[in-house]
Amino acid sequence: MKFYAFHLMPYADLDPQYTEKYDSAWVTLPNTYFDRERGHALYNRYLDELELADAAGFDGVCVNEHHQNAYGLMPIPGIIAGALSRRVKGKLLVLGRALPLLNNPLTVAEEYAMLDQITGGRLIAGFVRGIGAEYHSWGVNPTESHDRFHEAHDLIIQAWTKAGPFHFEGKYYDFEYVNTWPRVFQEPHPPIWIPSQGSSETIIWASAAERRYTYLQTFSPIATVRRYMQMYKAEAQKAGYTATAAQLGWSVPIYVAESDERAKEEARPHIEAFVNKFLRMPLDMLLPPGYTTLASMKGVMQAKAALSGTQTMDQLLERGTFICGSPQTVRETILAYQREIGFGNLLPVMQFGTLPHDLTAKNIELFATQVIPFLRDHVDADAPAVPTPA
Amino acid sequence: MTALTQNHARHTLTVDGCATSYLRGGTGPPLLFLHGSGGVAAWLPWMDRLAERYDVIIPDHPGWGRSEMPAWLDTIHDLAYFYLDFIEALGLAQVDLVGNSLGGWIACELAVRSTIALRRLVLVSPAGLRVPGVRKFDIFAHSHEDVTRRLFHDPALAERVLAQPVDEAALDLQLKNRFATARVAWQPRLYDPHLAKWLHRIDVPTLILWGEDDALLPAAYAAEFARLIPGARVATIPQCGHLPHVEKPAVFAQHVEAFLTRESA
Repeated sequence: MKFYAFHLMPYADLDPQYTEKYDSAWVTLPNTYFDRERGHALYNRYLDELELADAAGFDGVCVNEHHQNAYGLMPIPGIIAGALSRRVKGKLLVLGRALPLLNNPLTVAEEYAMLDQITGGRLIAGFVRGIGAEYHSWGVNPTESHDRFHEAHDLIIQAWTKAGPFHFEGKYYDFEYVNTWPRVFQEPHPPIWIPSQGSSETIIWASAAERRYTYLQTFSPIATVRRYMQMYKAEAQKAGYTATAAQLGWSVPIYVAESDERAKEEARPHIEAFVNKFLRMPLDMLLPPGYTTLASMKGVMQAKAALSGTQTMDQLLERGTFICGSPQTVRETILAYQREIGFGNLLPVMQFGTLPHDLTAKNIELFATQVIPFLRDHVDADAPAVPTPA
Repeated sequence: MTALTQNHARHTLTVDGCATSYLRGGTGPPLLFLHGSGGVAAWLPWMDRLAERYDVIIPDHPGWGRSEMPAWLDTIHDLAYFYLDFIEALGLAQVDLVGNSLGGWIACELAVRSTIALRRLVLVSPAGLRVPGVRKFDIFAHSHEDVTRRLFHDPALAERVLAQPVDEAALDLQLKNRFATARVAWQPRLYDPHLAKWLHRIDVPTLILWGEDDALLPAAYAAEFARLIPGARVATIPQCGHLPHVEKPAVFAQHVEAFLTRESA
């Protein structure tokens, strides 16, 4: 099994009282809540934390893209990845670029090619659609999201694999001269991962025999992780092959401390801030029309309506949305889920919400020294993803 | 064709490959009404009133209501060309074209392309323009309830609308209409940056009708349409929001009839 430390880089100094005036940490939360000096300190602290994770024994580090919010401060993830690319020795995961939000997806072909060159082929390339709120923030039509995603993906793959210059003829993108310099380092191109909160359309597309992209389930209850990974494996069988554990990844906030009690006590305010302050947004912001199919939209509306209101750490633990405890508890929890569900990649979010640097550093050290080696011994990432009992 | 009452019926006609549903009732010269983003759920009393003098035709736009979502629907321009074809397919001439909100925007886009089949034009709080500095209410950033409360001057009317039970089929229609609206109006929000350049081409008598208390599209927009459409007349309705035909149906019908029957507009 592989372990990649995922950082969301939130504006951790966010005034939690903002909720008295604003209903969202996205789109409309005034950027006057961002303090310049604190921002500078946070960026450098977070880069240190990812470098620490790499040095401590993770297989690599992971960044992503979000726009105009307090949840994640990486609107241009390539800048963070670039800053990490020389110091980090493991894999560098950008999960990912939000293709439909970009006017010209060739910029992603170029950015990823540069990172792949600098790291000598240690890049893992993620493609996402962005979250619903970003279609407000970025002024992009959500009803075109799926089509633009697929077309931008085709354009980037061709830019990496076809000799240039060539003419790309799409509905949304038509370029007379596609001729990407630099070329990617890896042959035929960097591994592609598809992070998602769960969508059958995405899984069917990612698991297709000609793609076999790694599917990454992000921040979800374990029941959801189970359902979508089972779907991926079933789709792979339909497509005539058996999915490997390496094709399945799970990203989940994890907190390890000396004992179960201490872990819960230390994590509680910060994980609750993560869900109740940083992830906060109205449903209409999360689900603009066309972002999902009508059927999925009704499903999510019903699920979210049931989940509305403040969430506690205990609820998150109960649903398996958060893993927290002593090294032994965390090891056993992950191993049990792995044995049942069969994922070969784990992307722990080691800093969440307001978790301060000292606790984040301790979390990284404990996970790297007391959880990772045990799981490496017990799980083979190259094995077929174990069938999940129906 | 399904008979609903003696006065009107629902029909389906395939135009440009799109099975298009429309209500039709009354006798007289043709009056084509283009609905706003929320669609038209049913035949309403104001339609009966206009049907006494007109052949009233009320389609669900392609992508809305009971009409199909055609593969070709990408922009508001597609709907303008579609309605030129729709008018032709029904064999209509000398059409009085009435459009509200998004439907008013479609009417403008149609009329700048060709007024050959039109007699007169009534724009009821139309979208389609941008007046710098005059902000529209963002219908996509707010819940259905918040938008509904903004639609009317009379809060009690909004509450009555919201109190109506929403079954599965009604929710499906609501989501379908919202999708179609986003398809053509998300970015730029509810306007076409090129429309203002060509509104001078409208050469049929035009009435611009606006609710004085429109909280979605401020009445300041009426002046901009009047400035750009040659000879357009403006009438405003006091104590009325964005949907005059729903909030003040009698006053709305009066204005429309008066304008359409003027000796010279």
